[in-house]
Amino acid sequence: MSSKTRIVITGIGLTAPNGNSLPEFRANLLAGKARIAEIDVRHMGRHPAGVCDFDATKWQKRKEIRNGTRVGSISIYCAREALGDSGLAWESVDKSRVGVYLGITEHGNVETENEIHNISQFGNDTKYWTHHHNPRTVANNPAGEVTMNMGITGPHYTIGAACAAGNAGLIQAAQMLQLGEVDVAFAGGVSESIHTFGIFAGFKNQGALGAHDDPTKASRPFDKNRNGIVISEGGAIYVLERLEDAQKRGARILAEIAGWCINSDATDAVLPNPERQAECVRLALKRAGMKPQDIHIVSTHATATALGDIQECTALREVFTDCPGTYINNTKSFIGHCMGAAGALELAGNLPSFEDGWVHPTINIEELDPECAMPGLVINQAVQAPRLEAILNNSFGMLGINSALIVKKYGVA
Amino acid sequence: MTKEDIKQVVLDIIADIAPDEDLSAVKPEVRLRDQLSLDSMDFLDIVMELRKKHGIEVPEADYVQLASLDSCAEYLLPKFQAKGSK
Repeated sequence: MSSKTRIVITGIGLTAPNGNSLPEFRANLLAGKARIAEIDVRHMGRHPAGVCDFDATKWQKRKEIRNGTRVGSISIYCAREALGDSGLAWESVDKSRVGVYLGITEHGNVETENEIHNISQFGNDTKYWTHHHNPRTVANNPAGEVTMNMGITGPHYTIGAACAAGNAGLIQAAQMLQLGEVDVAFAGGVSESIHTFGIFAGFKNQGALGAHDDPTKASRPFDKNRNGIVISEGGAIYVLERLEDAQKRGARILAEIAGWCINSDATDAVLPNPERQAECVRLALKRAGMKPQDIHIVSTHATATALGDIQECTALREVFTDCPGTYINNTKSFIGHCMGAAGALELAGNLPSFEDGWVHPTINIEELDPECAMPGLVINQAVQAPRLEAILNNSFGMLGINSALIVKKYGVA
Repeated sequence: MTKEDIKQVVLDIIADIAPDEDLSAVKPEVRLRDQLSLDSMDFLDIVMELRKKHGIEVPEADYVQLASLDSCAEYLLPKFQAKGSK
């Protein structure tokens, strides 16, 4: 199988805090509608968070929901919706040739914290610790729950890649399709992180937890008064296929994977390195056979931390000089940081641009931080663009993992 | 606590752990596994809920006693009575 084998997207299923399908999500992004709630976080009181309200019982029995994990339910919902969107004749698909590759930032914290709380009600006697703990916390849990629900017998695993995980899941799937390991891949990223207080406490004690009297304004990347991350749950799973297979079955092709790169800062556990980020973007462009000018939308990773946003802007300014046709936006301003799902959701929200000709904005900018000023930054209002044929999706994470994924409109040279 | 009460306790637990099951016609003399979709993890859930909600311990060697509602009632009655007399 050649590394030049072309990989296309033929279906998307998602749940975001502001939408349980791509059309709903897209409409809210174009309309500037954020949806962030305030939730009770164990031991910590109320904090803004992105909460999804999809109907888990659409695709799962109540017992499955009870015995599984929240992120398992998110994964099953997204995978089933993606399957429906793809038009695949599922009953005739060879399930041993289907793979599931899901990016996760972390897994198991929710279930472990719940059990620690549970046994604390019984004098910390471990005989009250649930026997469901291990199947719920093994790192492959979200992908494994998908295979059990859908009867998939091909490979499944998760890709732990901090907040670069959504891109990493898609990249893994593209590679496995190119290698001929599978014929159909369900891939993307998922997160249940709002249900663990540890993530909230960690960011708070790092001085990086976002807050605002109006929770919908708490996540404000690039704003001068931004004060940190809003933690969210969510998921986005794509159906990926080799181009010739998609063509053979007459599939509707949403976009083509054009290029990617994952690299490492090797400098600091939490502070991003703009030099490595720029290298990551440049290498993705090179592999895609593109110049910076060929990118029409840059979907930024920016999480609304004081330094992280500036670092990414520094990297982007270095790569995207003299690119009048390149627009830059951010999705976390609407839905917070969906962690393992972030990259996959943020790309999904931008994909309809190829058809509708609009670029959704980054919202909640009341005063643009001069250090985040970039030509092409779409602020608060969606814009129509004359040419939208390629998207660069940035996702970066702790321990210095960087990912850049480029997708292009199908049929464009 | 009567045997009928204990059968209801077990049915209430099953209603929690297997919420998709119709429990309206469970036959007390028939093995639960033969009439409901229950697996080994579900039986461990029953053991756990007896422990948590009622302070009843079922040693692993006695799990077989939980096969049917009737056998549950027979086996658990002295345990509930012992709890009640404390």
